[in-house]
Amino acid sequence: MLSDLTVAIASGKGGTGKTTVSSNLACAASQAGGEVYYVDCDVEEPNGHLFLKPRITGSRRIYVPVPAVDEEKCTYCGLCSEICQYSAIVCLNKTILTFENMCHGCGGCSLVCPVGAISEKGRDIGVLEEGRSGPINFIHGRLTVGEAMSPPMIKAVLSTGKKGAFRIIDAPPGTSCPAITSIKSADYVILVTEPTPFGINDLGLAIDMVSELGVPFSVVVNRSETNNHLARNYCSARGVRILAEIPDDRRVAEVYSRGELVFDAIPDFRGYFTDILISLGKEAKR
Amino acid sequence: MKTVVTAQGQYIDSMVDPRFGRCSWFIVADSNTGQFKAVSNEKSFEASQGAGIQAADNVTRLGVDSVITGHCGPKAFRVLKAAGKKVYTGGGGTVAEMLDRFKKGELKEAETADVEGHWA
Repeated sequence: MLSDLTVAIASGKGGTGKTTVSSNLACAASQAGGEVYYVDCDVEEPNGHLFLKPRITGSRRIYVPVPAVDEEKCTYCGLCSEICQYSAIVCLNKTILTFENMCHGCGGCSLVCPVGAISEKGRDIGVLEEGRSGPINFIHGRLTVGEAMSPPMIKAVLSTGKKGAFRIIDAPPGTSCPAITSIKSADYVILVTEPTPFGINDLGLAIDMVSELGVPFSVVVNRSETNNHLARNYCSARGVRILAEIPDDRRVAEVYSRGELVFDAIPDFRGYFTDILISLGKEAKR
Repeated sequence: MKTVVTAQGQYIDSMVDPRFGRCSWFIVADSNTGQFKAVSNEKSFEASQGAGIQAADNVTRLGVDSVITGHCGPKAFRVLKAAGKKVYTGGGGTVAEMLDRFKKGELKEAETADVEGHWA
């Protein structure tokens, strides 16, 4: 039984099985007892709810702070425009323009304004929902379609729920801000890959990212094949531990396509997830 | 009167750069002195976001009255109009050709952005 541990499930390449691993791990962990959170940080296209089918018990809108300029006070000095790295506020001769969609909400402009002309107002970027799937606590964020600023939503999702529980973070794919925001505060990262050239290439990028962040990690090879050594050779060459291999099996694809959990539908696959939990327990102690 | 043309190179016979925010160079033509000046757009070119806004802000500082380019998105257009600049889109060929057509009054001022923004 794991507690007070946050594990992020990430990958370089999309579609390698992050949600499959994290939702089934949540299921395995809840059966082992203890408080479990499944936290879907893939806020641009969350899909954990398709498998865990949570009953949503609460929701709230999430806002990013954007500048509101009081032109009565503004002296058009241009300091706000100078400090903004995102071109979200532009000071022209006698005009201030703001571009709310470009704003990352850092608050720099209001800090440097010498006359206090800039206050902050909230811009709605989407909704955060909480619920329960049986004994599993469920949290996810849904970023408004077309919205480009996912880290503020991810941070809101990450800061929701009780501390001290076993938290499984379903991270977004890639190696840029959304993925980094999701995994950098985790205690441990599992990188899910598939033994294909694309999978291995992006696994390499993900290993670089996690190493840079200094979070301990290992690899889970999904859709693994006995005679396919791509992932094994790559991990061994880079000195990275493979925590588990989940075999390629048509039944998993069928179960997935019906929106069911492998843990529930294919009993002989349960062992893969309970083994990962046991390994995680050992890794976390190191 | 100063006019700026977005260009792929730093010379008067360089090709017009169809992109505004991420053009390579700005060629500034001064009709009073007959002189030309090339200004690099490197900073906006490499911006991760907001290249159009930044380029428009920089162009404004060049003290030009008119901007000639290939395409101009909504955010850059908003900055240029707020700064009171005349915008001409649909530019092609060389910078010299465009300036010639501009002088003859053959270009029609753009009333709106002619392409969509890259961000929301």
